Amino acid sequence: MDNRNLYSVTGLFDTPDEIVQAVEVVQKEGYTKYDVNTPYPVHGLDIKMKLPPSKLGYFALVLGLTGAIGALFFMWWTMSKDYPVVIGGKPFFAFPAFIPVTFEVTVLLASVGTVLTMLFLYFRFPNLSHPLHDTDYMKSVSLDKFGISIEAEDSLFDVVRVKNLFEKLGAKKISEINFDEEFDKKPKIFEPKFIVFLIFTAIVISGASYFTLNKLLYMDPFNWMMEQSRVMPQSHSKIFKDGFGMRNPVPGTVARGSMPYLFAGQPDTAGEKLVNPYFPDERTLSLGKKKFNTYCSPCHGSFAKGDARLNGQFPNPPSLHSDKVRNWHDGRIFAVITEGQNIMPSYSQQLTPDERWAVVLYVRALQRAVNAKEDDLK
Amino acid sequence: MSDTGFTLDYQKKELPVKAKYAGLAFTVLGLIIVIVSYITNPERTAYNSIIGSTFVLSIGVASLFLIALEYLAGAVWSVVFRRITEFLSAVIFIVPILALPFLLNMHSVFHWSQADVVAKDTILAGKSPYLNETFFFVRLAVIFIIWGIFYFIFIGNSKKQDITMEQSQTKRNTIFAAIFMPFFGITITIVAVDWLMSLEPHWFSTIFGVYYFSGSLMAALAATTFAVVRLADLDMFGVKIKSDHYYSLGALMFAFTNFWAYIAFSQFLLIWYANLPEETYWFINRWEGSWKFITLGLIIFRFVVPYALLLTQPSKKDPKRLKIAAIWILFSHYYDLYWLVMPNYSKSGIAFSWNELGYPILCAGIIILIFTIRAKNTNLLPIGDPRLKRSIEFHL
Repeated sequence: MDNRNLYSVTGLFDTPDEIVQAVEVVQKEGYTKYDVNTPYPVHGLDIKMKLPPSKLGYFALVLGLTGAIGALFFMWWTMSKDYPVVIGGKPFFAFPAFIPVTFEVTVLLASVGTVLTMLFLYFRFPNLSHPLHDTDYMKSVSLDKFGISIEAEDSLFDVVRVKNLFEKLGAKKISEINFDEEFDKKPKIFEPKFIVFLIFTAIVISGASYFTLNKLLYMDPFNWMMEQSRVMPQSHSKIFKDGFGMRNPVPGTVARGSMPYLFAGQPDTAGEKLVNPYFPDERTLSLGKKKFNTYCSPCHGSFAKGDARLNGQFPNPPSLHSDKVRNWHDGRIFAVITEGQNIMPSYSQQLTPDERWAVVLYVRALQRAVNAKEDDLK
Repeated sequence: MSDTGFTLDYQKKELPVKAKYAGLAFTVLGLIIVIVSYITNPERTAYNSIIGSTFVLSIGVASLFLIALEYLAGAVWSVVFRRITEFLSAVIFIVPILALPFLLNMHSVFHWSQADVVAKDTILAGKSPYLNETFFFVRLAVIFIIWGIFYFIFIGNSKKQDITMEQSQTKRNTIFAAIFMPFFGITITIVAVDWLMSLEPHWFSTIFGVYYFSGSLMAALAATTFAVVRLADLDMFGVKIKSDHYYSLGALMFAFTNFWAYIAFSQFLLIWYANLPEETYWFINRWEGSWKFITLGLIIFRFVVPYALLLTQPSKKDPKRLKIAAIWILFSHYYDLYWLVMPNYSKSGIAFSWNELGYPILCAGIIILIFTIRAKNTNLLPIGDPRLKRSIEFHL
């Protein structure tokens, strides 16, 4: 037998006690390059083989710390630095809320990472082949036998001596493990066949996921309700020439309950022609007070004296207690509220005509309160 | 795994007298401080007695739990020092005496026991079907009777086995262990709720029983570990306690350190996130003034330090380091109970003076004393247990 192609000589034993004893002797003989294969972890074997303590724990520690720091940094960056959002009234960097996520990521990275590290460290990933693979020896030790294999690279190795040693120890079956001439220690992942397979897989997977996510999910199982001959929102009508789905009302149409304002740009005319349709009773005055305090008081002040709380930040309106305003007709004030005046904008969107009239009545009441008549004091 | 060829020439060795005297000295010293403290300030001593009695109780009842767990799981590794846990579980009988100061001062400690307060308070009135004095003492009595019965069953069978060498005692104990488990879960929750949670009767936390249980198991394991390491140092067992045994004890302590942190944090996170005023004030009481430092210290003492002490494999195999970790965990358990109880006595800030020293000394002394008394006439190894041989030869 050609020694160059010999990988190792193996011996098979029946019981875990025998293998422990065999390891003890092999260790004593001075062999260093040997390995033991058992169907399950045999207690105490690592001590007998004088294996150094596993370094895997340090990898787990580093990976776990990476997970913890990475998760915390990620959450700090996203939640409190890059795009801070208040969630549940908690601070941006809500540490207690981040602990569960940190814990999960730590465990995930430590466990998955340790398994991957183990594959690389002990199984020499990505190298997938080993001379012991696909041998009768490996088939036996993964079922019910306990095997030991002394490698040919060991300095003390000699086929006859090792076989004699195994026989002396009572091995049930002794065999030589050979590897083929073509057996290559280079990883097989660089073979063209494998690379082609990888590219093919990548194309199939990305094509399938593109089809699923962009086409399949948007296919309607049935669309009878969707596809009707009606004008869709934001789309063109084919029925009317101007392309609108809805018709414009006839000029001069008035909506039910609305009163058109006919004096746009003519406040003085409005003052002469318009009459307040309400009396100053409790209902109208309380409505007017509510609306005045909401919309008018920020600038005009709660008592219409032009002394509002926005004082200084905004040009102050003049007092409404001046002779000019007091001598205006109700309709004139109504016109100002409706259209605005100088810097004051229109309030026709905020106040309905009825509410405007109520505000006018309330302004009148305020004016009366400041410049009371003689009779009021009695 | 056959029994052939296994003969254990076990010779009972007496514990050193030193241990007994040390226990006695601690007990007497602690008792003097407690009595003086009770005369000068009964309310404060009552609060301290809650800490002390729940501390001793947790070691006792969690030891009982460990015994039951061993039978139920068919655990082999721990058989060799099951006697230690059995001795430690005897301390539950001293708890009612340690609890006397607060049982006699119910009204100053538990607001729900004051009739005039309950009459004005609708919440307490709603809870009064459960939280009333009569039912409290009924629960107390029933719980201690249950524990007493199971104590005598487990320990009696175990002792009988030393003479009879019968396997049937193990089987019987396994059945009773299965019965004990649900009782244990309910009773320890009731004790935690009655003695600790009802100090603030408005507050509630459904995880509180588990919180007390997790800390208790840590303490019982630590006490067992400490006793095992001490006795192995003195070669009391007559057999070698291997590093595999120590590793298992250390790993369990480590696991329950994490379990405690998990439970404590779960309780905090839910209350913190929900932010309901009726729940948060319990933590706010412990976060205001100087209590903040005690709360921060709890995280470090109870979780960070034991975690760091027990993280690596060599530290779990080294009895010297395990002993330090065990003492530390016992201390941190007492610290935890102090943190649970004392903010109710002094809301403004940390309350610590000579009054607080009495109970820790008394607890340490009384546990050692009961341990030595129990160990006097009993074998330190359960020599009749069929699992003992495998336990001695235990391999990881």
